Amino acid sequence: MSDQKHLSQEQAKDIDENIAWAKINKDVLRSMENPRKGYWVALFISICLFCVMIYAEVYQYIVGMGPALLNTSHMWDLYISTFVFWIGMSHSGTLLSAILHLVHADWRKPIYRFAEAMTTFSLMTAGLFPVIHLGRVWNFYWVMPYMSDRGLWPNFRSPLIWDAFAITAYLTSSVLFLYIGMVPDLAICRDSATGWRKKLYTFLSLGWRGDDRQWRNFRFTYLMIACFLIPLAVSVHSIVSMDFAMAIMPGWHVTTFPPYFVAGALYSGCAAIITLFILLRYFFKFEEYMTMPILDKVCKLTFVIAMVWTYLNLIEFSAVWYGHDIPSKEVLIAKATGPYSPFFWGMMLCGSVLPFALLSKFVRRNMYVMFFVSIFLNVGMFLERWMIVTPTLSLGYHPQGFNVMWPGWVEWAMVGGSFGWFGMLFLIFVKVFPCVSMYEVKEMVFHRKRVIYEDVDEMMELHSGVPGPKAEPQSTGGA
Amino acid sequence: MPSLLGNIFDIWSDYLKGNEQGGHHKYEHMYSMVIDLDKCTGCNACSTACYAENNLAWVGEEKFGARQAMNWLRIERYFDEPDMDAAGDGHGMEQAAATQSDTQDRGASFLPMMCQQCNAAPCEPVCPVAATYHTVDGLNAQVYNRCIGSRYCANNCPFRVRNFNFYDNAPTAWPAPMDQGLNPDISVRSKGVMEKCTFCIQRTRAARDTAKREGREIRDGEIQTACQQTCPTSAILFGDLLDETSKIAQVWKRQQMKLGVYKQDKANPELRGYRIFEELNVDPKVLYLERVREV
Repeated sequence: MSDQKHLSQEQAKDIDENIAWAKINKDVLRSMENPRKGYWVALFISICLFCVMIYAEVYQYIVGMGPALLNTSHMWDLYISTFVFWIGMSHSGTLLSAILHLVHADWRKPIYRFAEAMTTFSLMTAGLFPVIHLGRVWNFYWVMPYMSDRGLWPNFRSPLIWDAFAITAYLTSSVLFLYIGMVPDLAICRDSATGWRKKLYTFLSLGWRGDDRQWRNFRFTYLMIACFLIPLAVSVHSIVSMDFAMAIMPGWHVTTFPPYFVAGALYSGCAAIITLFILLRYFFKFEEYMTMPILDKVCKLTFVIAMVWTYLNLIEFSAVWYGHDIPSKEVLIAKATGPYSPFFWGMMLCGSVLPFALLSKFVRRNMYVMFFVSIFLNVGMFLERWMIVTPTLSLGYHPQGFNVMWPGWVEWAMVGGSFGWFGMLFLIFVKVFPCVSMYEVKEMVFHRKRVIYEDVDEMMELHSGVPGPKAEPQSTGGA
Repeated sequence: MPSLLGNIFDIWSDYLKGNEQGGHHKYEHMYSMVIDLDKCTGCNACSTACYAENNLAWVGEEKFGARQAMNWLRIERYFDEPDMDAAGDGHGMEQAAATQSDTQDRGASFLPMMCQQCNAAPCEPVCPVAATYHTVDGLNAQVYNRCIGSRYCANNCPFRVRNFNFYDNAPTAWPAPMDQGLNPDISVRSKGVMEKCTFCIQRTRAARDTAKREGREIRDGEIQTACQQTCPTSAILFGDLLDETSKIAQVWKRQQMKLGVYKQDKANPELRGYRIFEELNVDPKVLYLERVREV
């Protein structure tokens, strides 16, 4: 039980800056060879869940949407809630790698790669649901504006079309971002791999040699995509929120939905990062890279986002409460007191109360506790999405449409299967590709070792020959 | 201006006009319905006629209970509110609950509810493939072949009158010899397709073709919807609002009701005409005449 020692270990530094570069290479490359047994268990469970999903989809394809127990009022239910949930999960990878990249928060470096992979794969999961929920799934490509010989176009006014565009754009860019950021690491893998891995990495590393020009172009491209990705990420979830906000139904027609959804997205994404952080650290023995101080920082970030989300949530409630739109108010009251109220209060408990546990340093530094806390944060976020979709549909405007439904087994199979599909893709990815960025950890170690942050100006002068901001008054004074 | 540029400007002004008025803007007809609730006895004949005319699948008790039925036209029952304070002692609520039986003294009120063919239909802009749109007849059409079943339209319909084919209903609804009795003028919908009341569009189209063949305009009363034809008390009236002389246009005028507004400006508040959810600005085209009861 050598890992036990690391679990309880109190570390002060984000990373031990005396790690040799060769050791970083060795550790990461080793992670791609022999994970702990838990990895295989998780992969097996994921594949089983995914098989259940395939069975459910085939069944639904043959029989129709009926066994999902959707009905004339509840046309969406869990399908669209799960879709929104997975879209939300996809936001934190961008936050961690693009936004924190721009603000030079270097503690993100050991963990951003898997967060980006999470972004990509949760988008691929989310993208399944608008397709799965279609009554005639075999015609799903009709939402794309392709050249039809009948001159038919999709309806550009429909938020579902905006979704299709936003998701494909975001998926493409985040795959590019993930891939481009990985090229120097793929070259390292190429240099030590054999067999099919050698062929794969040779192809993917695009002839990376690590010369000056390549690094310069690489830095520039990476920065450009990071800048491009941030507005895209915000817009994607805003557009997803418009699926609801553009509708006229009470409880959906809320102007604060876009920021509310984006905050919720970052929140659930951060919680998922914590869960996967702990899992990967265990599976691949990354105790030296995914350290407790980094987890601590992610937890603090999660807490801040949780508070933003809670604030926006309360804003939404109070806007409805004082807005004096009677049907919306009824939906709000029904959420809190109606048949779905256990889930509503579950969401408030997991989403708004539980994050206060993150204020405790003991909780933040204890992986076992954090594992369950992060999972329950995400349960809360899942309930949130469900509570957006379903109570509105169970009430709405017309009393004849009022009814309460419980999702059928097909819907639950799809929800469970989506976790399987995501887990499968993610686990295969982290085994085949380096899930800790080797070159950036080396940078981090290098900077931490060399640069003493108080003397940053001096260091800048030393390295670049350009005087730092502090040095400026002296030089102008001299002139 | 028949140039390319002129075309663009024409379309642009059309677009703006349509945007302001909501929905289509070059209407040839404006089919509408008036339902006199005073005459409605809640006999469900209209609903039955609709099943027969429009090839609606019956789904059986179980699926009906699961709200997966295909009824385009439903009769809604509304019971009067019990007098909460009949005795004047403040315990009316308990008394009412104690004495109330399933049937009230004066019975229920009935309201036939079908697609209101809104001129500013909330279902139309949200369909990703434009399977539902407004026709020049002023109807909210549903193109079954184009529908991919995203069901956004039904979610956005405040009346909850859109029906989705949750199953492949045809084999169970019309076993072998029964399928011979299907209406050949209208298709049988497959699973995964949204459907709703069309104001019997097959009859509208047939009448239009007949009129065209005979070189005349469509006469008022020439088109009868199946529900109207069947209603034993003639509670349902159907016709073209653009034809000023038609019966239905006169009813709208008499009731001082106008299309395209979300609040009617009536000189006489005693008039019975009203539209459901017109305050949502969906501009429904079914005019209901309120039931009158002696006090």
